[in-house]
Amino acid sequence: MENEIVYKEELAPEIKLMKVRAPLIARKARSGQFVILRVSEDGERIPLTLIDWDPKDGTITLVFREVGATTKELGKLNVGDVIHDLVGPLGKPGEIALYGRVCVIGGGIAIAAAYERAKKLKEVGNYVVAIIGARTAEQLIFRDELKGLVDKLYVTTDDGSEGIKGYPSDVLKGLLESGEKFNLVYAVGPEALMKAVSEVTKPYKIKTIVSLNSLMVDGTGMCGCCRVTVGGKTMFTCVDGPEFDGHSVDFEELMARLRMYEEEEKLAIKVMEGCGCRSWM
Amino acid sequence: MQKLDVRLKQIPMPELPVEKRLQTFDEVALGYSEEQALAEAARCLQCTRPLCVEMCPLRIDVPGFIKLIRQGNYVEAAQKIRQENCMPAVCGRVCPQERLCVLGCKNVIGDPINIGGLERFVADYELETGVTIPDIAPSTGKSVAIVGSGPAGLSAAAELAKRGHHVVVFEALHEPGGVLTYGIPEFRLPKKVVKQEIDYVRRLGVEIKTNIVIGRTLTVDDLFDEGFKAVFIGSGAGLPKLLGIPGENLCGVYTLNEFLLRVNLMRAYLFPRGSKTPIKVRGRVAILGARGMDAARAALRLGAEEVCIFYQRKLVGRVDDIRRGIEEGVKLQPSTKPVKLLGDENRWVKLVELVKLKPGQPDKTGKTKLIPVPGSEFLYSAETVVIATDHVPNTVAAIKTARNVKVDEKRGTIIVDPETLMAADGVFAGGDVVSGAASVIEAIKAGKRAAQSIHAYLMKH
Repeated sequence: MENEIVYKEELAPEIKLMKVRAPLIARKARSGQFVILRVSEDGERIPLTLIDWDPKDGTITLVFREVGATTKELGKLNVGDVIHDLVGPLGKPGEIALYGRVCVIGGGIAIAAAYERAKKLKEVGNYVVAIIGARTAEQLIFRDELKGLVDKLYVTTDDGSEGIKGYPSDVLKGLLESGEKFNLVYAVGPEALMKAVSEVTKPYKIKTIVSLNSLMVDGTGMCGCCRVTVGGKTMFTCVDGPEFDGHSVDFEELMARLRMYEEEEKLAIKVMEGCGCRSWM
Repeated sequence: MQKLDVRLKQIPMPELPVEKRLQTFDEVALGYSEEQALAEAARCLQCTRPLCVEMCPLRIDVPGFIKLIRQGNYVEAAQKIRQENCMPAVCGRVCPQERLCVLGCKNVIGDPINIGGLERFVADYELETGVTIPDIAPSTGKSVAIVGSGPAGLSAAAELAKRGHHVVVFEALHEPGGVLTYGIPEFRLPKKVVKQEIDYVRRLGVEIKTNIVIGRTLTVDDLFDEGFKAVFIGSGAGLPKLLGIPGENLCGVYTLNEFLLRVNLMRAYLFPRGSKTPIKVRGRVAILGARGMDAARAALRLGAEEVCIFYQRKLVGRVDDIRRGIEEGVKLQPSTKPVKLLGDENRWVKLVELVKLKPGQPDKTGKTKLIPVPGSEFLYSAETVVIATDHVPNTVAAIKTARNVKVDEKRGTIIVDPETLMAADGVFAGGDVVSGAASVIEAIKAGKRAAQSIHAYLMKH
C-alpha cells in the first residue's frame, strides 16, 4: 500500500529511521531533495530530507528527530501504518560532480543527509573527508557507515563523550589552518553549524554549499513561508533550494524566521501529550 | 404602495449578524429560504432577449432557471445550470455577479435580480436532495490527464467524463479544489460545499489523485508514457509575487497565499485542538494590496486588534464581500503604497512605512498612473503584515516537459492557440495559468472550452 511504513528503526533515543512505500517518489528522487508529509487528517505539513530511495522496491528512507508535535506523532507510527499524506520529491537536486577533494559536514539528525551526500560524492570519484557532530556519543548516527565509506572521518560531540569535544566547524578550521585543501565543502545540520562552517571557509574562498531547513507549508513554491535572503535576493527554499551558497545566505534572518512559531510549537506538543495544562484554552 | 415596493426591492440575502461573524469562520451569507427565493424569482421580467445570459461567461439560461424556480421545480432549475456549469453552488457564492449577469439585468425600474442568490438556492437544494448524474457517453477507451483540481481542471474533467473519456486529475496538495480549497475562506465558501461539488465530478467517473506534483512526482511526458492521450494543464496562478521592498522577509510578514493556505487548507483557526498548523495574528494587521479582503476578514476573526488594507486604486472582490468586510471592521486606505517594513530587535515586523499616491499626468492613451506624493510618507504600526498584491502562474508542469510547451517570459503564462487552447501536440492549457489571475467562472469556461477541443483531438488520434 502506498505511504505504508515497511521498516522502522530507532537509531538513537528520539531519532528514528523509516522506510516508506512511495514508488513514484523513489523513481524520481535525487540527492538533496525532500518530501512533505502529514501524519493525520488535522496534521501539519512538514518537510523531511530524502536519505535514501530504491526505485526497484519502491521505497524511500526518512530519518527524523522527535522534536515537534508532528515528528512525535510520526514516531508513534509502526510498520504497517500508513502516513496520511506524502508528496515529493521536492526541491532542486544537489550537484553531484567530481570536485576532487571534498569535505562533507553533518550535524545532529542531518548526519543522515551528510552520509547520503558523501556516498554520492564518493561514487563519482571524489576524495571525501567527513566531519560529523552531535550532542553526545549515542546521537552519532551513521558513524559506522561513514567510517566504511569516506577517506577520512572526524567525529565531534558537544560533551566530549566521543571524538573531539566541540563542533565540526572547529575541526574544519583546524584542518584548513594546517594546510588541508578542499574544492568543495558541503554542510548540513543546524543553522548555527552551517553558518559557522560558511564563516570558516569564506577567507579560504572555498565553494561552500549548505542545505537549509526553512519552515514550509506547501513546499511547491506557492506560499513563500520558506523565503530566505541569498546574496541580497529573496529565494524560496522549497523551489530555489534547499541548497544554496553558504557565503551568500542571510543566516540571521533564517534563524529568526525559524523561531516564528516557537510558542505554538510548544503548545502543540502540550496539547498532543495531554499534560493537563489548560493554558491554551 | 406595499406591493410596488416588493417588486422594486431585491429580497435581501439573510446574513449572520455582524457581532456573531467575528467569533466564527461560519458562512456569512446564509442563503435564501424557499419563500424568499420564490419572492425574488417573481421579480424577474423574463426578458425575451436576456442580457443576463449574454453577460454570463457560460451563457447560463438565467430566465429559464428562474422560471423553473417560480414553478417550484428547484431540481430542474439546478440541472439547467449544471448542464453548463459543474459547480453552481460555488459560482452562486463566489461569482462577481454585479459585473456579469446582474450587470445585464434589465430590471431598470427596480433593483436587479439577485441571480447569484437564486443560483445558490437551487444548487444547495439539489446538493441536499442528491444530484442526479446525467447520461454519460459510452466509453471511448481514451484517457486524459488533468493537471490541477481547481475550477479549470474540474470543469474540463467533468466535460470530458460526460463524453465518455477516462479522466484522471492530478493535484499537488493533499486536498482537491485548487483555489476553492486553499484560497477562498470558509466564511465565503464552506469547504463542505466544495467537497459536494467535487463529489459530483467524481461521480461522473473522474478519478482525482492528490499529493502528485506534475513536473516533480511525474512529468507531462510520463503521463503520455503511461498511456494518456491528452493532457490539460490547469495549474492556476498560485505563486505569490513579492513587493521587492526592504523588510519583506521579517517575521510576521506573510504572503497572501501563505496566510490563506494556513487558514483555509490547513484550518489554522482551529489550532491547537482541531489543527496542528499555527498562524500568528496579533496586534494590528496591515494588508498590503488590493487582493487582501479575504485575508483582512480572516485576520479579524483570528483576533486582530485592527486590520487595514492599503491599496492603490480598487479592491479586488465582489461588492457584497467588500461591504461585509467593511461592516466587520476592515479599514481601507486607498491611494497608498508601501515603501518599506521595519522590524524590532527580534526581527519581528513593527512598522510599515507607506506613501500617499496621487494621479500623475495622463499618458498618450489618457490613462493616469498613480505617483507618490513627495513628503507624504507615514507609518503604520503592525505586528502582522500580509502582502496581497499579485499572483503569477504556476508553470512547473509546462517547464518540465520535453514537449514544446511555451511560456510567455514576461507574464509567466502558458502560450496556447486561442481557439483550441492547445499548447503543444496533445497538451492543452486553460484558466489562470494561461490568462493570469482571473476569476473562477472564467477558469470554468476555459476548462469547458479545452474539453471541447480535447474531445475533438482525441476523436482524431
